[in-house]
Amino acid sequence: MYKIVKREVLVPNIIHIKIEAPEIARKVKPGQFVILRVDETGERFPMSLADWDRNGGTIDIAFYVFGKSTRKLASLREGDYVMNLVGPLGNATEIELYGNVLCACGCFGCGPTIPLARALKEKGNRIVSVMEARSRSFLFWQDRLEEVSDELHITIGDGSYGRKWWTNDFIGEYLKDGNKVDRIFAHGCPFMMMECSKASKPFGVKTMVSLTSIMVDGTGMCGCCRVSVGGETKFTCVDGPEFDGHGIDWELLINRQRTYLDEETRSSDLWERENWHKMVEYSKA
Amino acid sequence: MAEKKKINLNRVPISKQEPLARGKNFNEVALGYTEEQALEEATRCLECPKPLCKNGCPVNVDIPEFIKAICDQDMPEAVRILKSKNSLPGICGRVCPQETQCEMTCALAKKGAPIAIGRLERYVADWERAHPEVTERQKERIKLNGKGIVVVGSGPAGLTCAASLAKLGYEVTILEALHVAGGVLMYGIPEFRLPKHIVQAEVDYVKSLGVEAKLDQVIGKIATVDELLGNGYNAAFLAPGAGAPMFLNLEGENLSGVYSANEFLTRTNLMKAYLFPEYDTPIKVGRRVAVVGGGNVAMDASRCALRLGAEEVYIIYRRSRAEMPARAEERDNAEEEGVIFRLLTNPKRFIGDEQGKVTGVELYEMELGEPDASGRRRPIAKPDSEFIMEIDVAISALGTRPNPIIPSTTKGLELTRFGTIKTDELTGRTSKNGVWCGGDMATGAATVISAMGAGKRAAADIDAYFKG
Repeated sequence: MYKIVKREVLVPNIIHIKIEAPEIARKVKPGQFVILRVDETGERFPMSLADWDRNGGTIDIAFYVFGKSTRKLASLREGDYVMNLVGPLGNATEIELYGNVLCACGCFGCGPTIPLARALKEKGNRIVSVMEARSRSFLFWQDRLEEVSDELHITIGDGSYGRKWWTNDFIGEYLKDGNKVDRIFAHGCPFMMMECSKASKPFGVKTMVSLTSIMVDGTGMCGCCRVSVGGETKFTCVDGPEFDGHGIDWELLINRQRTYLDEETRSSDLWERENWHKMVEYSKA
Repeated sequence: MAEKKKINLNRVPISKQEPLARGKNFNEVALGYTEEQALEEATRCLECPKPLCKNGCPVNVDIPEFIKAICDQDMPEAVRILKSKNSLPGICGRVCPQETQCEMTCALAKKGAPIAIGRLERYVADWERAHPEVTERQKERIKLNGKGIVVVGSGPAGLTCAASLAKLGYEVTILEALHVAGGVLMYGIPEFRLPKHIVQAEVDYVKSLGVEAKLDQVIGKIATVDELLGNGYNAAFLAPGAGAPMFLNLEGENLSGVYSANEFLTRTNLMKAYLFPEYDTPIKVGRRVAVVGGGNVAMDASRCALRLGAEEVYIIYRRSRAEMPARAEERDNAEEEGVIFRLLTNPKRFIGDEQGKVTGVELYEMELGEPDASGRRRPIAKPDSEFIMEIDVAISALGTRPNPIIPSTTKGLELTRFGTIKTDELTGRTSKNGVWCGGDMATGAATVISAMGAGKRAAADIDAYFKG
């Protein structure tokens, strides 16, 4: 059992929790993830880490609420426990001196970008970060990302903050303007990472994306998370989670990600019907 | 010496759930012997002066002795004898391939009716679970010797090694990657063949010997083997299982609806997808399911698919019935329940729709040629024999290869060319000082009992090592 010591609603439907997990906090490196199981009947699902505190023995997760498991997780309060927490899993990001690094993020991908940018900056890279949100009111942690970046750009999709654009539009224009970029990291939903990879591909700038596809054990035992990269089948949990976005078969990835859409909707609806009071509660800060 | 017994070739059958009914539920298929049946079967034992059955057992259970105790209706004694050599009898009595081990070497095997040792073992174990006070009384006080051993993995090898070491006075900690202990006994073997409460009871027994089991620990990630040895453990026994599923590398193999048997079974058994949506983990079954492979895992997967509601379940196997690696009993169980065997058939590619879901598999027919390296006749594709089978789900049950997490994070561990850890078969020793290994990680995919044998031998060698 792992205790939730802090919980806050960052923006509607994105929740930040801090969990006591001293062993994971001591070991984890940027790019790695954990697997959670909320309760006895729960499923196992992967989540990237938004940050960690080695001395305090805690890890941070910022997640988007969209199915039964994340609804269950969102309904937990400070002092509650998650039943299982496994990690750190997957391979750490290669923190090298690349030169100019562009970190693109959106939604639940904004969290993991912060420790990543911090580590890359400490290594001596120049960090240009670009953060996207659907609307200005869905922006969070831009101040934290700014702290670990040399430059921060914000792109808002609905035009509520300057022009209507997304991170991939920024990447395309930034590279077209002749800015020198040695490596791109993109964190967000598969669609966002696909668009970022498409934007950088014509310029040949290697773009690493972080995949948390559907998993069960997270240790390479089941093969559920397999993706096709450069024509080869890879397991996200043990070969990833980071892959070269230019080699990924995105259509396959997104299709596999949608495998259980019907079941998830059904199960989530049933849960919501029985737990509507928790649903009303959880959106309160 | 007992007077020479009359030979009785009437092996007492075990009652089973009716095939059609059991194909729709996850309850145990075989129902076990009653007291009368057990007694009747036990008295068939000839009490050979030189019993050969023992030689067939990887953990050297004193078979004639425990059978004699059943005949004498001294069940506590039967339990004592069995448990002194085998810490997990409830599991072995259910999933051991006795027909190729103890029952094969039984004197009555030549007459075609060996003593049903497995069923009797199961009977004793089940009797014990119903009479917990007996084991409690039998438990000896163990004097701790101050040595700490870490066991990585809580499958059959890990549990057996841990129990053996604990009985010898070692302080044992098991580290398990999943959220329950039991390894393949929990995630792989289905409920209807090995009920999970029985595995739990055996795990609880091992814990009652003083073994600590820590869950959610992926070794190589949260701590490396070297870190464990540097952190106060005197030795490590590695039994992480084989793990990684193999695929055929065919077109369409990553379509949604194409599973590895590991995934399909883990979702069903460990995550209880058969109770969805009460349990959160979903599974796809659809109307028609094709399982590729002819081993026990393929049988388990096909029988799970039936129970999850599939109307037609096919086993696609490239050789003929005679070459199938599955146990005859499991193969017959599957067939009785309605699994359809498409023998001498091999998949060429999987076909999907525009949403990336599998809708069919293209198959071709095979014929058998000359024997290959495995001694089995090599299957050869028949030209122009391709045909398409419509399916909703495909399950690939083609075996596993070793999981790389531990080998790649442990210094100085020699590997074989198959990626398994190089291990001395008799002692379980690896090339690294203080590190032993057993189970599928040492041998490649094998049986529960062979993993238990390895766990037991490693425990004996660890003890010998510390006693000098």
